[in-house]
Amino acid sequence: MLRAVGAILRKDLLLELRTRESVPAMAIFGVTTLVVFHFALDRPTVEGDLAAGVLWVTVLFAAMLGLNRLFVAEEEQGGFDAFLLAPIDRTSLYVAKALALLTYLAIVELIAVPAFAILLLEPPLWPALPGLVLVLVLGDVGICVVGALVSAIGIRTRARDLIVPLLALPLLIPVVIGAAEATAPLLEQGGAEALRGRWLLTLGLYDAVFAAIAYAVFDDLLED
Amino acid sequence: MPALPLDEAGKYVAAAYLVFLALLLIYVSIMAGRLGRVERELSELTADVEARDRAREPEHVS
Amino acid sequence: MHGKGLRPLALLTALTLTAAYVLVFFWTPNDADQGFVQKIFYLHVPMAITALCGFVAGGIAGAMYLRTRSSAWDLRAYVAIHLSQILAVGVLITGSIWAKASWGHWWLWDEPMLVSFLIVFLLYATYQVLRFSIEDRERQARYASVFAVVAGAFVPINFAMVRMAQSYVHPRTLGTTTGGMPGEMMLTFVIALAGMALLFVTLWKYEMASKSAVAQVRALRLRLLGDDDPLPRRSAAPSL
Repeated sequence: MLRAVGAILRKDLLLELRTRESVPAMAIFGVTTLVVFHFALDRPTVEGDLAAGVLWVTVLFAAMLGLNRLFVAEEEQGGFDAFLLAPIDRTSLYVAKALALLTYLAIVELIAVPAFAILLLEPPLWPALPGLVLVLVLGDVGICVVGALVSAIGIRTRARDLIVPLLALPLLIPVVIGAAEATAPLLEQGGAEALRGRWLLTLGLYDAVFAAIAYAVFDDLLED
Repeated sequence: MPALPLDEAGKYVAAAYLVFLALLLIYVSIMAGRLGRVERELSELTADVEARDRAREPEHVS
Repeated sequence: MHGKGLRPLALLTALTLTAAYVLVFFWTPNDADQGFVQKIFYLHVPMAITALCGFVAGGIAGAMYLRTRSSAWDLRAYVAIHLSQILAVGVLITGSIWAKASWGHWWLWDEPMLVSFLIVFLLYATYQVLRFSIEDRERQARYASVFAVVAGAFVPINFAMVRMAQSYVHPRTLGTTTGGMPGEMMLTFVIALAGMALLFVTLWKYEMASKSAVAQVRALRLRLLGDDDPLPRRSAAPSL
């Protein structure tokens, strides 16, 4: 199965590299969201839990943008049928898509987090960076695990663009809770405080539980 | 916040229990509507079947 | 077939609920610091617990559908989720009333029960939308079951994480059910909970029987007259 995942992932990443559909849009959307936050909050800088909140909402919304397009290629060009005919584990499609989304989010964050530090963040980013990277990884995994599943559910319904955010946002609230709570002490004005292990643990648990569930049910989504 | 005096508190408690009752009654009435529709369809069907039997009867008689 | 045993069940429900509420208003002492308003607790918390269990049961029924592909399970999941949604609305409204009476605000972000239910309510609101947007009956049942499983697993996780996120500055006494409750309150609470659970099961059987009857009438019509439903309607509800 790993080979199938690798093959699909490579195809998706190559496609994205050539067409540049999702990632630039997500990155621009992320930075624009930061600007909107500045005006909506009417503050020159943010720190502490406010900063954590702004960062994670931005990441979440950029991810929503990417979700809508995740399975579009398969749906429009008959990729699903071709995939079903191939003698491979169907769940490999799910894993590949989740990893692809993770890659896109990582690239977007490489742009958005520095932008965030420059535009809005009060305390310096550098000392917070190792802890922040860890939280970003755990949070992103949660977003991708749930996001890929929801995207697969939504892609074959009529109201695709509506269903995906409607389903994904409530399901991802625990990720926002965990990630924001974990990030907040890192962005405190007085200098980055210690990482809160409790929230990292819960994020990890959430990721594991939903990965297991998605793995179990994905097959049933692809039948026809 | 100190506890509300009984007459004020009573209104809130009553409101909460009434909401519960209202939800229950609305549900029951929707179900009753469905049941009425089923009954109507059944009587239509029986009428149709009877009409068909009566139409066939003269053949047996003669 | 679903209607069997419905009447004694309904009677038992009526008795239990009546007994519970009689006890609430005529026997159980008033709470020391919340006063009379605390009586809402005997309504709100049983509704919440029943709804949570109902959502999880819907998830289990969805999983059973995926395993057996029998549309009966899909119907069971639909009805369980449907009833739990109604209860969730009740939880939110009664919780809000309690919040206003106790703390002066119509909403409290640090009451974990209320916040969890808001999230869960918003999630399951999409259930009908999802079902309605898929026309093919088999696919509708399959996708709805996947949703039911994912959402059913989500409910307890969400509850736990929201609870963790609350600041413990103002411990509210609505959500924390069993900590430090005197014996009479506990007894009344348990009876109220049992009554609400019985109500759920009664209404569930009631709705299952109704849907099953509709399906049978449609099948009968098909057999006798050869024509299907004269007014075919796209619906979010599964059919047997």
